[in-house]
Amino acid sequence: MTAAITPALALAVPGLGALLVGLTGRWPKLRETVTLVTALATFAVVASLAPGVLQGERPAVDLVEEVPGIRLALVVEPLGMIYALIASFLWIFNSIYSFGYLRANREHKQTRYYTCFAVAIASALGIAFSANLFTLFLFYEALTFSTFPLVAHKETPEAIRAGRIYLGILVFTSTCLMLLAIIWTYAVTGTVDFREGGILEGKVTPAVAAVLLVLFVLGTGKAAVMPLHFWLPAAMVAPTPVSALLHAVAVVKAGVFIVLKIAVFTVGVDFISRERLGDALCWLAGGTVIVASLVALTKDNLKARLAYSTVSQLSYIVLAAVMGSRLGIVGGSLHIAMHAFGKITLFFCAGAIYTAHHLTEVSDMRGIGRVMPVTTACFLVGALSVIGLPPLGGAWSKWFLGLAALEADRIALLGVFLVSSLLNVAYLLPIAIRGFIDEPTHAVLRGGVQEAPLACVLPIVVTAAGCLVLFVYPELVFQFSNQILR
Amino acid sequence: MIAPHLPALIVVVPLVAGLVALFLGRGHLPWLLTLLVTWAVFALSATLLGRVLVAGAPPVEYAMGSWPAPWGIVYRVDAVNAFVLTIVSGIAAVCAVFARLSVAAEIPAERWRFFYSAWLLCLTGLLGITITGDAFNLYVLLEIASLSTYTLVALGVQKDRRALTAAFRYLILGTVGATFLLLGIGHLYMKTGTLNMVDLADRLAGLQSDRVVLTAFALIVTGLGLKVALFPLHMWLPNAYTYAPSVVTAFLAATATKVGAYMTFRFLFTVFGLRVTFDFLSADVFLIGFSCLAILVASVLAIRQNNIKRLLAYSSVAQIGYIMLGLGLHNHASVTGAVVHVFNHAVMKGGLFLALGAVVYRLGGATIGELRGLGRRMPLTAAAIVVGGMGLVGVPATAGFISKWYLVAGCLHGDAWPLAVVILVGSILALLYVWRVVEALYFAVPENPSLPVREAPLALLVPTWVLIGASLYFGLHATFTVATAKAAAVALGVGE
Repeated sequence: MTAAITPALALAVPGLGALLVGLTGRWPKLRETVTLVTALATFAVVASLAPGVLQGERPAVDLVEEVPGIRLALVVEPLGMIYALIASFLWIFNSIYSFGYLRANREHKQTRYYTCFAVAIASALGIAFSANLFTLFLFYEALTFSTFPLVAHKETPEAIRAGRIYLGILVFTSTCLMLLAIIWTYAVTGTVDFREGGILEGKVTPAVAAVLLVLFVLGTGKAAVMPLHFWLPAAMVAPTPVSALLHAVAVVKAGVFIVLKIAVFTVGVDFISRERLGDALCWLAGGTVIVASLVALTKDNLKARLAYSTVSQLSYIVLAAVMGSRLGIVGGSLHIAMHAFGKITLFFCAGAIYTAHHLTEVSDMRGIGRVMPVTTACFLVGALSVIGLPPLGGAWSKWFLGLAALEADRIALLGVFLVSSLLNVAYLLPIAIRGFIDEPTHAVLRGGVQEAPLACVLPIVVTAAGCLVLFVYPELVFQFSNQILR
Repeated sequence: MIAPHLPALIVVVPLVAGLVALFLGRGHLPWLLTLLVTWAVFALSATLLGRVLVAGAPPVEYAMGSWPAPWGIVYRVDAVNAFVLTIVSGIAAVCAVFARLSVAAEIPAERWRFFYSAWLLCLTGLLGITITGDAFNLYVLLEIASLSTYTLVALGVQKDRRALTAAFRYLILGTVGATFLLLGIGHLYMKTGTLNMVDLADRLAGLQSDRVVLTAFALIVTGLGLKVALFPLHMWLPNAYTYAPSVVTAFLAATATKVGAYMTFRFLFTVFGLRVTFDFLSADVFLIGFSCLAILVASVLAIRQNNIKRLLAYSSVAQIGYIMLGLGLHNHASVTGAVVHVFNHAVMKGGLFLALGAVVYRLGGATIGELRGLGRRMPLTAAAIVVGGMGLVGVPATAGFISKWYLVAGCLHGDAWPLAVVILVGSILALLYVWRVVEALYFAVPENPSLPVREAPLALLVPTWVLIGASLYFGLHATFTVATAKAAAVALGVGE
C-alpha cells in the first residue's frame, strides 16, 4: 500500500515545496532552506523506489479517470527510474549552486525562480513516471509552461523574445505533431497505455508506424532534433543554473527520455528493428549530431557552444532509440545519465566563470586555469566525459552506442559517433587546455586565484566527481538500463 | 405535484419573474429575484438532466396545456437539450451572483429593474428554444431571446456610447437571421402541414429532392449561421460582446451562441435528418469549409486586438468554428467533441469574461495596457485569466483539451487528417493571443504604477473562480461531461 503511493509522493513533495517556497518568499534564508530540504526529500522519495524496481516491482498509482478509458496514472519502470534519479539527484546540487549564483549576481524575483524550479522538477518526475501517453503529454506541457518564467527570468526584451521562441517551438511541436500522433495512436489502437513490446504492431502498417514515429520524435521538441532545435540556444539567455539543470538535464533529457520511452513502449523496439521504421530519422538525427557539433565549433560564447554540444549529444540518444537495436536502448539510457553529469558540470563551470569574472566568451578565457584552477580542472573532467574518454562515465555510454550501431547493422552511425567525438575534442578541450597553458589575455584574469563563491564551486566538484564515479561504478545506472527490455 | 410539470416550469418561472422584476422598484430587489429564479431554474434543469440520463430512459415529453402532439406545442427533452438547458441555466445562475456589483458599477440605478427584466426574459427565450419540440414555438422564443439581448447590449451605453450602434447592428443582422429562419419554417409547414419537430422529421424523410424542402433547408441554414455567428456571418458579434455590460458579455458568450449551435444540431440532425443533410445535400462540405475559415481567420484576427473583450469575442468566433467542425464531420467522436465543447467553452469563456468584468470593475476598462502588471495587483483575477486562457489553447488538464481530443479523434475517424491539423494549428494561434495577455499580466510593468488597484471583491471573484475551477475540474475529470456528450451524440443519431 505504502509503496503504491510513493510515485505520487515523488510528485507531491516538489509540488508542496513550490507552495512553501512561494509562502516563505519574504525570508530568503528560509526560502533557500525550504528549497534544499525539498530537493533532498524528493531525492529520498525517488531513491526509495529504486531497490523495489530493481527486484522487478512496478509500483503504479491511478490518480484520476480523465475520460472513460484514459487515466491520469503513474507507474515506475527502470527507464523512468534512471531519469527520475538523475533529475532529482542533480536538483540538490543545482539548488546549492543557485543560492550562490543568484546571490552573487543579485538576480531579481528569486521566489518566482525557486517556485517555478520546483514545479518544473515535479513535472519532470511526472514525465518519468507517466503510465500512458496522455499523462506524459500533460506533464510535458506542464514542464514547458513552468520553465518559461525561468527562461524569461531577466525580463529584458531579449529574454522575453527568447522565451517566446522557447515556448513557441515547444508548444507548436508538441501540439501539432506529438498530440496528433497520440490521438492517432489512440484512434487506431484504442489505448494510450505504455506496454512492453509496444502497442502499434499489428494495428497499423509499417508505413503508418514510420510516420507515427517521425511525428513522435519531431513532436518531442525537447529532444531538439534539427531543424527544431533553435529553442535551445535561445533559452541560454536564462540564468546559468537554469541552463545547467533544465537545458542540460531535466528539460532536454525529458525529450530524449520520451523518445526512448515511445520507442520501447509504444512502437516497440522489435517492430522498429524488423521494419526499419527509423531509417528517415537516422538520417535526421545523424545529421544533427554532426551539424550541431560543427556549429558548436564556430561559437565563441561558451553557453552557446555548450548548447549546440547538447543538441548534438541529444541526437545520440535519439539515434539509439530509432536505430532499432536492443543494445541501443541500453546505450541511450546510459547516455542520459552520463551526459547529464558531464554537461551539468560544464554549465556549472560556465556560470562560475561568469559569476567570478563576468566572462562569457571563450576567447576571453585564456589562462583562466591559473585564476580558477578548481573550476577549470572540473571543466576538463566534464569535457572528457562528454567526449567519451576513460576514466569517465561518458566512455561507457559511447561504448554501448557504438556496439548498438553494429548490432543494428548501421556502420555509418558508428562513423557518426566517432567523427562527432573528434569534433567534441575540438570544441571542448581547447578551452580547458588553453586555460591552463596560455597566458591570460583578458585584464580581469591578471589577479591571483579567485574562484566563484563556495556554494558554486562545491556542486561543480561533486558533479565532476560523479563523472569519475560513474566510470568506476557504471552499474549504478547499468543495472536499470539492463532491465528496460525484458 | 410539481414533478410532472417540471419542463414547463423551466420556461414559465423566468417568464413570470421577468415581468414581476419590472415592478420591484429601484433597489436590489430585482437582482434578488433574478438570483433566486436562476438558481431555481438551474436546479430544475439539473433534475431534468438526471432524469433523461438514466440508461434507456425515453425522452421526457410534456404537452403544453395538455394539447396532444402534433396539434399542441410539445416540449421534448432528450440528452442533447437537457445538457444545453443545464449549461444555460448554470451559467445564468453563476452570472447572477456576479451581476449585483458589476451591474451597479456599469448601469445607472434607475435602469437596474429593466436590466434584470430583460435578463430574465432572455433566459426564458434561451431555455425555451432549447426545450421546445415545436419549430414555430422555437422561432417565437428566439425572438424573445433576441429582442431582450439587444436591450441588454444597449444597456452598456453608460460606459461607452458605441454600445448603441453595436446593439443596432446586432438587431439588424439578428432580425435578418430570424427572418430567414421563419421563412424556412414556413416553407416546411407549407410542404408538410406540421410544426412538430418529430412529426416534421417523419414527413420529410422521403422528400429530400423536393424543391420547397431544399429552399427551406437553405433558408434555415443561413438563418442559423447568422445566429451562431458562423464565419463569415459573425460581423455582429465582436462589437456586441465588446460594448455590452461585462456580465452580459459573459452570459451571452457562454449561452447565446451555444443555443444557436443547439438549434443547428436540432434542425440538421433531427428535423432534416442525417441522410438528407449529409448524404443527399452534402452540407458537411460548406459547414467544414466555413468552420476551418472561422478557426483560422478569427484566431488570427484575435491576435491583433488590444481590447481584451474584443480579443475574446474573436476567439469565440473561432471556437464556434470548432463546434461546427465537429458537427459537420458527423461521426460519433466528432459530435461528442462538439457537444462537450459547447459545455467546455461555455464554462471557460464565461469564466474569462467574468474575470474581465472584475478587471473592468477595478480599472474601468480591459485593454492590454490596463492588464499590464496586473499579476501582482490582482493576483487571483489574473490567475483566472491565465487558467481560462490555457483552456482556450487546450492545454492538458483544462476542459479545452478534452474537446480538442475528441474533435481530433473525430477528424481521424473521418479520415480527414488535414482537419486535425487545422484544429491543432488553431490551438497554436490561440496560444499566440492568450500569451500576449499572459505577458502583459506578468512580464510588464503597470502603465500607471501609482494608481492604487486592489484585488476584486469576493462577490466577483467567487463566481469567476466557480467557472474557472469548473473548467479545471472538467479538464481533469471529464467522465461526466464526456458520457453526457456521448449520450447526446447517440440521441442525435450518431452512435459509435
